Amino acid sequence: MTAHTRGSGTNWVGRSIRRLEDPALVTGQGRFTADLPAVHWVRFVRSSIAAGKIQSIEAPPGANIITASDLRALKPIRPVLSKFNYVPVGQPILADGVVRFTGEPIAAAYAASKDQAEDLADQVEVVIAETTALVDGPLALVEGAPLVHAEAAGNVIVEGRVRTPGFDEVWRSAHKVLRVDARSRRQNAAPMEARAGHAAYDPATGRVTLTCTTQMPHLTRTAVCDIIGIPEAELRVIAPDVGGGFGQKMSLAVEYVLLVWLARRLRSSVAWTEDRRENLIASFHSRDQHIELEGAFDAGGKLIALSADIIANIGAYSCFPTTCGVEPLMALAELPGPYDVSAYNCRARGVLTHTCPMAPYRGVSRPVITFAIERLMDKAAAAFGIEPTELRRRNLIDKFPHTSPMGLMFDDGTYKETMEIAIKAVDLPAFRKQQQVARTRGRYLGIGFATFSERTGYGSPAFAARGMEITPGWETVHLTIDPSGFVEARIGASPHGQGLRTTLAQIIADEIGIDPQFIKVVHGDTDRSPYGWGTFASRSLVLSGGASLIAAQKIRAKLIKMASHMLETAPEDITLKSGSAHVIGTDRSIAIATMARAAYHQTHIFKGEIEPGLTETGTYDPSGTFSNACHTAIVEVDIDTGRVEVKKFLVAEDAGLIINPMIADGQVHGGVAQGIGNALLEEIIYDETGNILTSTLADFLPPTAREIPELELHHLETLTGNTITKAKGLGEGGAIGAPAAVINAINDALSSFGVSIDEMPATPQRIRAALRSSGKLR
Amino acid sequence: MKPASFVRHVPRTTEQVVDALAEFVPLDGRILAGGQSLVPIMAFRMARPAHLIDINEVEGLDRLVVDGDFLSIGAIVRHGAFHKPVVEGPLGRLLSFVAHHIAHYPIRMRGTFCGSLAHADPASEWCLVAATLGAKLIAKSVRGERIIEVDDFLEGIMSTSLAEDEFLAEARLPLLPRDTKFGFYEFSRRVGDFAMAASLVTYRLANGSIVDAHVGIGGAEDRARRIPEAEAILNAQAPAQDLFVAAAEAAANAIDALEDIQTTAEYRRDLVRAVTRRALERSTL
Repeated sequence: MTAHTRGSGTNWVGRSIRRLEDPALVTGQGRFTADLPAVHWVRFVRSSIAAGKIQSIEAPPGANIITASDLRALKPIRPVLSKFNYVPVGQPILADGVVRFTGEPIAAAYAASKDQAEDLADQVEVVIAETTALVDGPLALVEGAPLVHAEAAGNVIVEGRVRTPGFDEVWRSAHKVLRVDARSRRQNAAPMEARAGHAAYDPATGRVTLTCTTQMPHLTRTAVCDIIGIPEAELRVIAPDVGGGFGQKMSLAVEYVLLVWLARRLRSSVAWTEDRRENLIASFHSRDQHIELEGAFDAGGKLIALSADIIANIGAYSCFPTTCGVEPLMALAELPGPYDVSAYNCRARGVLTHTCPMAPYRGVSRPVITFAIERLMDKAAAAFGIEPTELRRRNLIDKFPHTSPMGLMFDDGTYKETMEIAIKAVDLPAFRKQQQVARTRGRYLGIGFATFSERTGYGSPAFAARGMEITPGWETVHLTIDPSGFVEARIGASPHGQGLRTTLAQIIADEIGIDPQFIKVVHGDTDRSPYGWGTFASRSLVLSGGASLIAAQKIRAKLIKMASHMLETAPEDITLKSGSAHVIGTDRSIAIATMARAAYHQTHIFKGEIEPGLTETGTYDPSGTFSNACHTAIVEVDIDTGRVEVKKFLVAEDAGLIINPMIADGQVHGGVAQGIGNALLEEIIYDETGNILTSTLADFLPPTAREIPELELHHLETLTGNTITKAKGLGEGGAIGAPAAVINAINDALSSFGVSIDEMPATPQRIRAALRSSGKLR
Repeated sequence: MKPASFVRHVPRTTEQVVDALAEFVPLDGRILAGGQSLVPIMAFRMARPAHLIDINEVEGLDRLVVDGDFLSIGAIVRHGAFHKPVVEGPLGRLLSFVAHHIAHYPIRMRGTFCGSLAHADPASEWCLVAATLGAKLIAKSVRGERIIEVDDFLEGIMSTSLAEDEFLAEARLPLLPRDTKFGFYEFSRRVGDFAMAASLVTYRLANGSIVDAHVGIGGAEDRARRIPEAEAILNAQAPAQDLFVAAAEAAANAIDALEDIQTTAEYRRDLVRAVTRRALERSTL
């Protein structure tokens, strides 16, 4: 760890200052979409059938109902990839003749209140001729299966393949080959706040303001305007306080398009608040993957080749803007993870089914591929008769930069070091003794490790490699000091719980010598913030932080130049701190607020040498950086019932320079909790007809505080050269490593039974079934 | 997720309750007590009563007293009333222990003992208590009052022998002899979730041997009930681990297991075996 001093040296970066956004949130002053009043309330009539043809839609006479026939002028949502044999399928705003998943919106009823709209929606009679539903990814690939979209032959919507040169020779030289058949069941990100939208038409300007729970306000504006066919100037999108997104609120909701269209048609305000059932069945799902993974090892336990066949069940439609390729293609690109292996063979397919569309969810694919490869490593360790950590020691990358078999460049990291910290912190030898003693008493304790990389903060070149028609990347920050001396940073990122108002203020504060409390970060409003991509992919601190730093450096340079004029001193003798410009080595100074006044009101004193005003723009588009971590879980399995208790959880991670340790810890805590839910509890279940059985939070089970142990966190700070702030992203790592660590711990606990639990969530039913099949129960 | 519209009636006396039932049940009326089951079902519009007869304001229905040799529990006595023992001796301790397993604290502040019985969810802890201890249920209607034995009351999944115009005005639990031993164990996915299996056992010891064993199982069949096969194994034997294992095995074999897409009959029997043995083990603590 290196001490760091930048800018004025006031060192706000690195301190756990309290979050500037919290006072409003914890005193009930947060502003959420569903708080807004509206003239009309919308209730969607949703399909109760997974697959079929709509034969009739009947509403009471005079009822206010919108159906696909009213929306003929709207384009479907049709995101595009130019690579990987992607088939661009369209999603209508309301089902148009065909339904493709249970919960798909068929009609929109509107009335003067939520209750009346729901009453009205209830009276809409939809007759659907049911056809065969495809629910399971692998089954949708069976020859002769019905097609979800006629244009996607074999139901394959995207397919990526790679086979490194000389793969077969390496494979043939293997000493041992280990195999994992990894199955990750479907999840819902289940944010605390479900989706909500409110569209208000302004008769004076003809503009609509869409307030909604989005992670991407500008992309929402672009998409909605493209679909409806209006200039972007006619739509303002606001993301107010948003109660968690986790990726689910990154993808475009058809519901928001309908709201904007209806507000224009009615020349009024219309609103929709998603209920929990709608969220669970018809907001976006995630994680549904089947990975057949094989690893070839040499006699020394070194992984020499990896081979995988990946099937991602992407549901009925492709999400905008990333496309459904995000799951299978990220699996293809990042499966080798932090291991030093160069021979790689992989096929990754996205498969259409009659299920809710999949979209990114915290971790995106990596919780699943990490689970698969970490199971492989543990199986290999068992086959070689060594500790899982020793096998990892022989395989983790330790020379940087490292180039993966897919050509990804890994910057400096601490893959081995974080694991050694974890081993020491849990005292692995002592645990092994404790485990033995417990076993003699009929108690089954296990320890599991997961070592992984987290690709974060990547810019447009990385996204362009996927061939996305819409290629995200850069971020822009507009930084202004107003005449009163207050600082406003307008950003294109769109935080929704990540604490970015605080961390960006810390970065800016260090550069211009102003306390963060005087720095206001403005986001989530297309009228007030510059075009940007929003918040996703562990990017915002790196991208928006980098852009903030660049803008702040420019402001700093301008302030010094102004101070040089006003103090009649050479610029190199001036420093900024504590809200003033100081002449080094003297007691002469001038307040930044005074200079700010001058920048607007006394510009003549600069004799035309300094532009009026105090606004600078920073734009940042980095190559990307890899964070890394080792997660360690200690569990106890109740073999009579199959229940798992997570007794201890430890994270040793490295996300570069930590801007605010408290906020960083919070990100890890939340991610780990979701990862434990992934490993043990959360599962969206369809029956074979495509009816969804987990439509309440009594059936779909996120963990509560009672299921999450106290977490022990250790940070290393490798100051990466790949970002200008030296920070890496860490928003997703908690969710990426935890599932694998927990599942490995379960398998370690059950090693004497010779079973392998390779399916998530590892429910008590599945664990007990595996134990029974072992034939070794008493 | 808003209920369909309904009319709420707020009777103040038991007479007004039964009158309202007689009047509104034919018009699709239902009793509203704590509402912790009914209101969510209404929000999903799986239930759409046209009239709700809200008994929360009825005088005297919050009565919770010892009446002779039983504990009388009025129709709006909340789960939370049992957090601390309500009577001296084993019954108060038993109810307190079980109450802490019911859902979560806010739900326990509102939901009612009698409402749980009338709702008759197979996983209900109070249904298990009533079945194991042999509760008597007092049903009232304009036609009068009748006493129903718990085994006749619980008929199946969310099904009781209450007539449409009757409401469950009171439940009576027998006071337990001071030397009664009890044990309770339930299994659920998360703390506070519906039990996937639960067991309550009570017995006394005479000369070191078990007498009057009650082994109740809930959450595993369509209703909570006692398992005579397990009780037969326990009675007249000294408490011992082998005995508990045998009784648990008998209980597992005796049940007609509920199944669902995740839970096979075999797994449900695994759970019954585990919860019964653990309830018995806890009885000796």
